[in-house]
Amino acid sequence: MSLPPLVEPATELSVDEVRRYSRHLIIPDVGMSGQKRLKNAKVLCVGAGGLGSPALMYLAAAGVGTLGIVEFDTVDESNLQRQIIHGQKDIGRSKAESARDSVLEINPYVTVQLHEVRLDSTNVMEIFADYDLIVDGTDNFATRYLVNDACVLLKKPYVWGSIYRFDGQASVFWAEHGPCYRCLYPEPPPPGMVPSCAEGGVLGVLCASIGSIQVTEAIKLLAGIGDPLVGRLMVYDALEMTYRQVKIHKDPNCAVCGVNPTVTELIDYEAFCGSISDSAAEAAKDSTISVRDLKSMLDARDRGEDDFILIDVREPGEFEIVAIPGAILIPKGEFLDGSALSGLPTDKRIVLHCKVGGRSAEVLAVVKGAGFSDAVHVGGGVLAWVTQIEPEKPTY
Amino acid sequence: MTIEVRIPTILRPYTAGEKLVSAKGATLQEVLNDLELNYPGMGERLIDESGLRRFINIYINDEDVRFLAGLQSAIGENDSITILPAVAGG
Ligand SMILES: [Zn+2]
Repeated sequence: MSLPPLVEPATELSVDEVRRYSRHLIIPDVGMSGQKRLKNAKVLCVGAGGLGSPALMYLAAAGVGTLGIVEFDTVDESNLQRQIIHGQKDIGRSKAESARDSVLEINPYVTVQLHEVRLDSTNVMEIFADYDLIVDGTDNFATRYLVNDACVLLKKPYVWGSIYRFDGQASVFWAEHGPCYRCLYPEPPPPGMVPSCAEGGVLGVLCASIGSIQVTEAIKLLAGIGDPLVGRLMVYDALEMTYRQVKIHKDPNCAVCGVNPTVTELIDYEAFCGSISDSAAEAAKDSTISVRDLKSMLDARDRGEDDFILIDVREPGEFEIVAIPGAILIPKGEFLDGSALSGLPTDKRIVLHCKVGGRSAEVLAVVKGAGFSDAVHVGGGVLAWVTQIEPEKPTY
Repeated sequence: MTIEVRIPTILRPYTAGEKLVSAKGATLQEVLNDLELNYPGMGERLIDESGLRRFINIYINDEDVRFLAGLQSAIGENDSITILPAVAGG
């Protein structure tokens, strides 16, 4: 399938622009008219993080005339392993401003528009309205469904990519010409069932592998060249070094782009995706202690005045980076599959913790369900412990 | 018949880290039953009371089974199965 160009050509390229883009201009499929289309194009990148970094840098270098950046976060040292649009000197700065500076350093002919807000149902339509195409570099399900639904309602193409550890996926969702994200995945997973990159990790360079597919598809759509990745899912495996494709069908029952859509306006995406499951929220209610409570309990245990078992439910690699003294490691998976339950002591109170408190709340629901009714979990997890109790220890 | 199933990263704890496993069955349902037999706990991650979980896609070769016959989809001699859950990292 080929599609007509998304953007009309700009009236002209300056002498400087011709010199800058000469390697594009001599490709017959791009030529002057293709480059003028890129100059006239307005592309919005949601997120200036892992995927957003290479996407913005290559879109800028390619000569896309207007680049929008939606980002409200600040640069953290742990971002720099993969978010190559930011550098050491940017730690603590606004990611949006840092990304803008890098874009203008690469190509001063780009007009950058910053949207330093958290994208939500109240602002997404207004922000998207100005742009020809949306590139998704977000890291959570709620924003992805929000971006998808807004793109369907506004009839705009949505260039999507997703990464985890050594695996990446990419596609172009465009309900006018093919399926949307909900046609591929009608509903998000329940909270806690699919780990995020913050929990599971990601190979830094994977961002470039998937981000470059996204930029390639954006350029093809803007200039109207080649076969767009509409109706196809590209699946990349870095360890095997394979790219495989599977078909994505337009679902006639799709909630937003189907024959009788039930989603005809934006919904509450946080509620749709949940940040914590209902059972975990119920378990954590009245059974959450603070890191200061935990410190007092550990001190009392050292004096022989209290007894309990402190269980860290993170993964071994995380435990190796930083741990709370006295904690033993039993990863969350061993609770979900039930194998950890038989080994738990019945004569001691169980205290659970993880990185920030989400996973330990999920495990708390399982443990309470198995009859350990006085179990508790530590709000804020090991990160809160380091901040408040042992600030000399590393965080991640 | 025995066919090959690709296990996604997040389900590999059930297969002791194996990415490619063998399973038997003439339909997808039978293949998933066989997987559950050999890798207890995996079935529940793929299926709930109402069928295939909505954030899990299973492909026979390059076709999404939701657009074939779902769990009743027939499995042929040279088919391979790929399980792809939704991930949101970026
Ligand atoms: Zn759809």
